[in-house]
Formats: sequence, structure tokens, C-alpha cells
Amino acid sequence: MRKFLPIVLLALFALIPLVGLSSYLMHILILVVMWSVIGMAWNLLGGYCGQVSFGHAAFFGVGAYSAGIIYTKLGVSAWWGIPLSIIVVALVALVIGYISLRLRGPYFVLSTLAIGEVFRVSAENLEGLTQGNLGILIQERTWVEKIWYFYIILFIAAVTFYLIKKTIASRLGYYFVAIREDQDAAESLGINTTLYKTIALCMSAVIAGLAGAFYTNYMGYIDPDVVFSLSDISIVTVMVVMVGGVATFWGPLVGAVIMVLFAELIRSIPMLGAAHQTLFGILLIIIIIFLPNGIAGDTSKILRLLRIRRSS
Amino acid sequence: MSAQIELFLQTLIAGILLGGLYALIGLGMALIMGVMRIINLAHGDLMMVAMYIAFFSYDIFHVDPYVSVLIATPALFLLGVGLQKFLITPVLKVESILPHNQVILTVGIGMVLSNLATVFFKSDYRSTPVDYATKAWYLSDFWRNSPIELSLSFAWSVSFVLAVVITAMLWFFLTRTDTGKSIRATAQDLDAALLMGVNVERMRMLTFGLGAALVGAAGCLFMPIYYLYPALGKQFTNIAFVVTILGGLGSTEGAIIGGVILGIFESMTATYLGMGWAPVGRFIIFVAVLVFLPGGVSSLLRSRRFGR
Repeated sequence: MRKFLPIVLLALFALIPLVGLSSYLMHILILVVMWSVIGMAWNLLGGYCGQVSFGHAAFFGVGAYSAGIIYTKLGVSAWWGIPLSIIVVALVALVIGYISLRLRGPYFVLSTLAIGEVFRVSAENLEGLTQGNLGILIQERTWVEKIWYFYIILFIAAVTFYLIKKTIASRLGYYFVAIREDQDAAESLGINTTLYKTIALCMSAVIAGLAGAFYTNYMGYIDPDVVFSLSDISIVTVMVVMVGGVATFWGPLVGAVIMVLFAELIRSIPMLGAAHQTLFGILLIIIIIFLPNGIAGDTSKILRLLRIRRSS
Repeated sequence: MSAQIELFLQTLIAGILLGGLYALIGLGMALIMGVMRIINLAHGDLMMVAMYIAFFSYDIFHVDPYVSVLIATPALFLLGVGLQKFLITPVLKVESILPHNQVILTVGIGMVLSNLATVFFKSDYRSTPVDYATKAWYLSDFWRNSPIELSLSFAWSVSFVLAVVITAMLWFFLTRTDTGKSIRATAQDLDAALLMGVNVERMRMLTFGLGAALVGAAGCLFMPIYYLYPALGKQFTNIAFVVTILGGLGSTEGAIIGGVILGIFESMTATYLGMGWAPVGRFIIFVAVLVFLPGGVSSLLRSRRFGR
């Protein structure tokens, strides 16, 4: 049964739009799937390989801008940004990896934070390429109905899930986990840690970039403050995985459902809208203290707590 | 020619003055880094809190920002101890897959602080209009026939001198008192310190408090010469981070040297390239240090000392 769970779930997701949801609910559904893709990308690098990144907005934004820029500069459909973003983001990730993967632990965390900010500042200032703070507007929408966007991002999510599952079960996945557990031990066993960390970073970056390119096509408008945002992309990415469950297959999906619903809930209450980062921060603190492995990672702990409460 | 020398010297002076303040910010980060092996990503946000304390004590009680060092520093010390005791220590005990949970936790703390400041104090730019803000000393006042003209802002020099005094006090505390020696012992070797009877838990609390107090003092010193807004923390966290990287991991001497180098570099880029380039310059320094000198300045100091 467990073996077929992904396929069953995929089929269920694919059938949801046939119920005839409103445009708003479809939007939320698309956001959930998109965030689970970004979460899966982060999870590969952060959860399995142990390299915590606070700069995934850099990859998301580069993906989004490669779709936006070929639309404005070459005049071709922004959908070509999806294949293009794979190449561009992989190159960017190689350069970033060369610089920041020399660092370990908290220093790597901080370098990714700085890199994310540098990309935002550059996108604001390179006006010839990115149109600066004006942003890029995709003038013609491909479909009015959201259903096709949903199926495209669902397809990306399914492929990502399959890819990550295969990677983790392969030799590569064991190398990643070995690096996370003890980098020196991994190195002394003959694992070229720099190489495998770079591979993890590139894979993770490319997936996040795909989500970014999709975002440009779906939303039709990007600007540096949105796609390179530290608090709205990078930190939310970390939170999706932390809330859902670090180094679990289902964590990013669970986290994406909770985070997107939580964000929408806060936004719908007028007084709380301005304080949404405070609430996110408090949620993050609570999760780290009480459920450090996330909801999917600490299921047994949650069940135990519930059982105690019921019996007492 | 003399105009160019004048500009260069003036920039150098401004850089050193700025560097003294950066050193103070970096010192707090380096202390926390050294003792607890974590990076405090809420560092700049703690500074923002101290600046709001300084701002409101000026605005309501007309307390001079320099005097409010005496208010904000103890307040930040208590805040730091509280954060360590109630949030960071519990996380140290929790078993988890990711080793960087404390770092992610400090990000959460920083988010809460800066967002609460935005909610309560709005995103307005504020400053304390002290009457000595524009006062300055000129070289020609002292040396009538000097070929070049240099000026020294009163507020900047007072901030710098106070930063040096606080640094000296910290140095005295760390090298001459028992508690200070225990903190350094904990930083050098945690297990050995434990075996020697050092209360490591207490030292951690003290260190986080001290780091917060140092950045709080720096915030008060920045108040007369800078402006204040809720999102300012991120920028100063970055500065503290670059200073510690430049100085070497968790090294206090390195942080001082790193602070001065970064101050001079930023001042130079601002004069010769333009104000907007300062963040980019910071990043270039960061990358250059990582690529060419991964151990920071302190690795140079150390190799000199051991004659390697």
C-alpha cells in the first residue's frame, strides 16, 4: 500500500480540479504544489545533504528572471524560460557553489543569505536587463483558466518527487546523508565532499529555478522585491521544510499545505496582515523547540502526545 | 594634488572612525560565535532594538544618546540572557537531524523583532537631532599654515572614542577577571572547561548577554550619526558577519582588525565609486577573503606568532 501512496496521491491531486473549484481555491492549490516543489528542492540540499541555505530566493529569482528576460528581450514565449532556466540556474549554482561550499555549517548559512541579497540588489540595479524595480510584465496570458497551470506544476512536482526519491535511494543519496552526518568521516572514506555538495546544490537550485520560471508564467508579473525576497521566499522555503519535516519525502508537501493555508489565513484577517512575519517567526521558533523534525518527521511523537492526553 | 591627498586622508579618517564602530558590532558576534559555535543572525535586529531604546529615551526624556548607552546596554544584556535561557538553550538539548537549528532559530528571533518594530513604530526613518550633530574640528584651527584642510566630526569622534573605551573594558574583562577567563576557556575547549569546573551553561548565557550588550552599545553610538528604521537589522547582521569572516572564525582580535579594514574599505568605495556600491563592496571583500584567506586575519596573526 505504502508503495502506491505517491501514485494514489498524484491521481487524487489530478482529479481535484474536476470537482469544479473556484478560481481562488485553484490559486491556493497551485501555490501549495509550487511551494512543495521549492520545499523538495531545499530538502534535497538542506535536509539530505545538510547544507542549510537561506538563499534559495536567488535560484528561484534567477529562474523567474530567465523566463522574464527572454520574453522581454527576445520576444519569445515565457514558457521557453522553463528549459532555459535549467541551464542558467545550473551555471549560477556552479559559481555560487564554488564560492560558498568552501564554508561549513553556520558560515555556509550566512554566505547563502548574503548571496540572496546580492542577487536582489543586482536585479534592482541592472536596469538594462531586468527593468529594475519596474519589474517584468508578461502581457498575454496563455490560459485564462487556471487548470492548465495546475497540471503543469503538478507534472513538475511529480517529476521532482520521483527524481528525489530515486536520488536518495541511489549511491548519491547515501553520499549526501554521509556528508550531512559527518563531513570529515565522509571525506576520510574517500567521498569527494566538495563534488557531491556541488551536485546537491545544482540539483536543488535547478528545481527551485524551474518553480521560479513557472511562477513568471503563472503570475505574469515579477519584480526583484517579490522573487528575490528574503523573508517571503528564502525564509518561507526553509519554513515549509522545517514545518513539514526535514529529510522526509512528504515533509515539503505537508509543510507547503500548512504554510500556504496559514499565510492565507493571516492575510484574510485585516489586523494581522502587517504582523505576518512575527507570526511566521513564532511558528518557526515553536516548531524548532517542540517538533525539530517537523510534522512528517515527528509523527510518532505527535501521536504519543495525543495518546497520553487521551488516556489521562 | 593636495586636494587629492586631502580627500584621501579625509576618507581614511572617516573609514577608521566607522571601523571602530564596526569592530564593536563584530566583537559581539565573534564572542557568541567563539563560545557557542553558532552565528547569531538576529545580531543586527538586537542593535535595532537598542537604537529604539536610545531614540525613545531621547524623544521622551531628552536623554543624550551617549548617556543612553548606560540604559540600553544593560537592557540588551538582559534581553540576550533571556533569549539564551528561554529559547536557545532548550534548542541545544533537542535532538534533530539538522545541526543548524539554533541558527535558524536566531533567524526567527530576528524576524519577530524587526516585524514587531515595523508594527509598533511604523517604517518611518527616525534620528535624534542632537545639537552637536554638525559640530566639527578643523585642522586649520590648530595649525594655521597647514597646507591641507581636514575636518573631524564631533559626534563621530565621540562615538569612536567610546567604542574604543568599551572595547578596552571588554578586553580587561576577558583577560583579567575570573569570569572572563572562564568565557575564554569555554571558547577554547568546551569539554576541558567543563572538567575544570566552569559552569558552561552560565557562561553561554553570559556570553550571549555580553554579545547583545556590545551590539546594543554600538547601536547607541550609531544613533547620533545614523538614522533608524525597523529593517536596519539585516544590513548590520551582514556587516557583523563580514567582519567576523574577515577577522577569522570567532577571534576577538581578528574582529577588531576586520572591523577597521571593512570601515576603511567601505569609506573608500563610498568616496571613489559612490554610496550605492557599499553592499557590493562588502560582498567582494567577503568573497575575496573566502577565496584567498579562508582563516581570516587571525590566521595571519597566529602563523606569525608560532613562526610558521
